[in-house]
Amino acid sequence: MNHTDPTDSETSDADRSSTDTLGMTRSDTTAKVKASIKKRYARERRFRLYGLIAILSSLSFLAILVFTITKNGLPAFKQTFIQLDVTLDAKTLGLGDEPDQAQLLKANYNGTIKKALLAQFPDVKKRKDKKALYKLISKGGQYDLQRQVMESPDLIGQSKTVWLPAGDDASGYLKGMVDVTIPEKKRRFKDNQIEWIESLKQDNRVAERFNWTFFERGDSREPEMAGIKGALFGSILTLMVTLILSFPIAVASAIYLEEFAPRNKWTDIIEVNINNLAAVPSIVFGLLGLAVFINFFQLPRSAPVVGGLVLSLMTLPTIIISSRAALKSVPPSIRDAALGLGASNLQVVFHHVLPLALPGILTGTIIGMAQALGETAPLLMIGMVAFIVDVPATITDPATVLPVQIFQWADLPEKGFVEKTSAAIMVLLAFLVAMNTFAVILRRKFERKW
Amino acid sequence: MTSNNSDASTNTDTSSASSVTSSLGPLDLEKGQGTKEQSIEEIVASLGDTVGKTRVDNPKMSATGVDVFYADKQAIFGVDLDIANNEVISMIGPSGCGKSTLLRCLNRMNDTIPICKVTGELTLDGEDIYGRDTDPVLLRARVGMVFQKPNPFPKSIYENVAYGPRLHGLSRNKSELDDIVITSLRKAGIFEEVKDRLDAPGTGLSGGQQQRLCIARTIACSPEVILMDEPCSALDPIATAKIEELINELSENYAIAIVTHSMQQAARVSQRTAYFHLGKLVEVGHTADIFTNPRHELTEKYITGRFG
Ligand SMILES: Nc1ncnc2c1ncn2[C@@H]1O[C@H](COP(=O)(O)OP(=O)(O)OP(=O)(O)O)[C@@H](O)[C@H]1O
Ligand SMILES: [Mg+2]
Repeated sequence: MNHTDPTDSETSDADRSSTDTLGMTRSDTTAKVKASIKKRYARERRFRLYGLIAILSSLSFLAILVFTITKNGLPAFKQTFIQLDVTLDAKTLGLGDEPDQAQLLKANYNGTIKKALLAQFPDVKKRKDKKALYKLISKGGQYDLQRQVMESPDLIGQSKTVWLPAGDDASGYLKGMVDVTIPEKKRRFKDNQIEWIESLKQDNRVAERFNWTFFERGDSREPEMAGIKGALFGSILTLMVTLILSFPIAVASAIYLEEFAPRNKWTDIIEVNINNLAAVPSIVFGLLGLAVFINFFQLPRSAPVVGGLVLSLMTLPTIIISSRAALKSVPPSIRDAALGLGASNLQVVFHHVLPLALPGILTGTIIGMAQALGETAPLLMIGMVAFIVDVPATITDPATVLPVQIFQWADLPEKGFVEKTSAAIMVLLAFLVAMNTFAVILRRKFERKW
Repeated sequence: MTSNNSDASTNTDTSSASSVTSSLGPLDLEKGQGTKEQSIEEIVASLGDTVGKTRVDNPKMSATGVDVFYADKQAIFGVDLDIANNEVISMIGPSGCGKSTLLRCLNRMNDTIPICKVTGELTLDGEDIYGRDTDPVLLRARVGMVFQKPNPFPKSIYENVAYGPRLHGLSRNKSELDDIVITSLRKAGIFEEVKDRLDAPGTGLSGGQQQRLCIARTIACSPEVILMDEPCSALDPIATAKIEELINELSENYAIAIVTHSMQQAARVSQRTAYFHLGKLVEVGHTADIFTNPRHELTEKYITGRFG
């Protein structure tokens, strides 16, 4: 028949002659195959079972994780408010006639709130009890009041009913997280405070609302006033810098290395180094960023631009490696076809190879970006761990990022930060899911339709 | 097959003697039968100059003393050959004898294989195609190629054919491009089959249709020389007849080199035939002469089907 490959025909000939000498008949073969087929199928079934078990167990771990995080984090999306009748008289506020904006900014809103509380509970006389009473309202309440007054200064001199955020312990109690069976001494939220809250509740002066504060504010020392917006924007800005730097550089390097670079000692060295860089612990990149970007180039500390630079160092090798793999997997016959028609190397790459490799490149990019999103260690080195209240607006503003924020909140003793930590994790996961969805949509768009 | 088995087993010692012989297993059969003739190895080793006239009066392309190496392994040994204007030359020979390799040298497709080294002189219209100032991109636009395996782009049928003309700016507007695409498809004998689905993916066609699409794609660039590497190996007799007709038609204007394993096809389409063996050009001459009256005994053995 076809004699192109003698080695092939020789082995098959050898097989046949050996079976001949064994005196095998056709039915023997059938019986043997039948016997082995059962074993083979059994093996396959076992293998499928292992796979199923593996998937189910990882799914259950995931379910447990999501469940606990959601359970801990959900209360953080609710905020409790207490209604007070405040009298905004100029004397308590410490304002003279016709106050200007600067004076309004510095006015004593805290005193006004305290007065309102005392007016609500006239029986409270002792200094210690007063202090406990004041704790019912969050320290952030004065800023709400401040904002309202600065928006319409003619409120001064009037009485107003306002909703103010409850303090950490009070809101914890209202959310049912205080165990009243514990003896009073061992509990932060005392019996008299419980009494006051219950009486406020009876007057319908307590309400629970969706916690917009959490999404509208930066970090705070007061858990009830702390928000995720600062860290979220910090993450977005940092990742933007990372993507803008690492994607084009990585894809360009991958294309050059895969399609244009000659194969020699130098490209071998570069390849080995890229593979090694992908395995370098991320904290090392943080040290590098500190030494190079901050100390040498004098870039600002704690800024998303530096974070982005450091993270792109980290994601570059990941994207390069996966892009090269994607480029390599494009069949050479496509390249031949285009070259044979007279396309230049660059045209071959951009007309044919890159579009076919793009889904793979995008997958690599999203893996790199997800890594960057979850990275904490290198950012600690460049000062993105600082306590930052303001929401960053540009890439040079001091900022922190979601995982670092989680890390910081997880470390704080206040009860309110426990739920905030879980809520921040939920935001981080949501961010990740959104990013991945976007990547999947992009991939679908570019994947060849046949 | 059964009769071969015993021969093969008796000859295992000789067949593993060298890589050259092991790539030509069936030759052992000749020897195994104990003929008094010279063995194939001896003939190949003593191969001298090519038998027949390698030069023509009006060469479009010509090769002189071409050696090709894949790393240390030599695949082509000192080949001299001309391809004339307006002629079809067929290249035949056993598998692995270097037909594709030589063909790929003619439009520098071998440049893409880093380990491949070409020495000797190859010219197109008298210009050295491996010369310093020859642009491989321009060369490939002038010397088109149809590959052994169909390799349409994963794009629409229309885009597949339009790619070359668009690349070289052969059309001034959409309707001209449409014309080129339709004419090329019609010439390649596939237009009737795909006219309703020009937007369908080219990779969704059958193997034979894909190959004709690739031919259409090549002729859409209107090259001066067309190199075809077994263009009909995946085609049915009807499609093959269409392609052969196309080759006949094209040969009026183009120079065509075609590699084929079908001697009937070589006889039908080509004016001249070159017979290769183990990287050497054994014999070249008018097709009729080669098939009716081969002068070299290897050629005779091959065309009479005693090996290969
Ligand atoms: N890319 C490559 N790298 C190394 N060796 C190669 C390469 N391509 C071809 N060769 C070798 O060169 C020799 C000639 O190969 P070629 O493809 O030209 O044969 P052919 O005559 O076209 O065979 P067929 O009729 O089977 O297509 C073979 O021995 C093959 O092993
Ligand atoms: Mg070939």
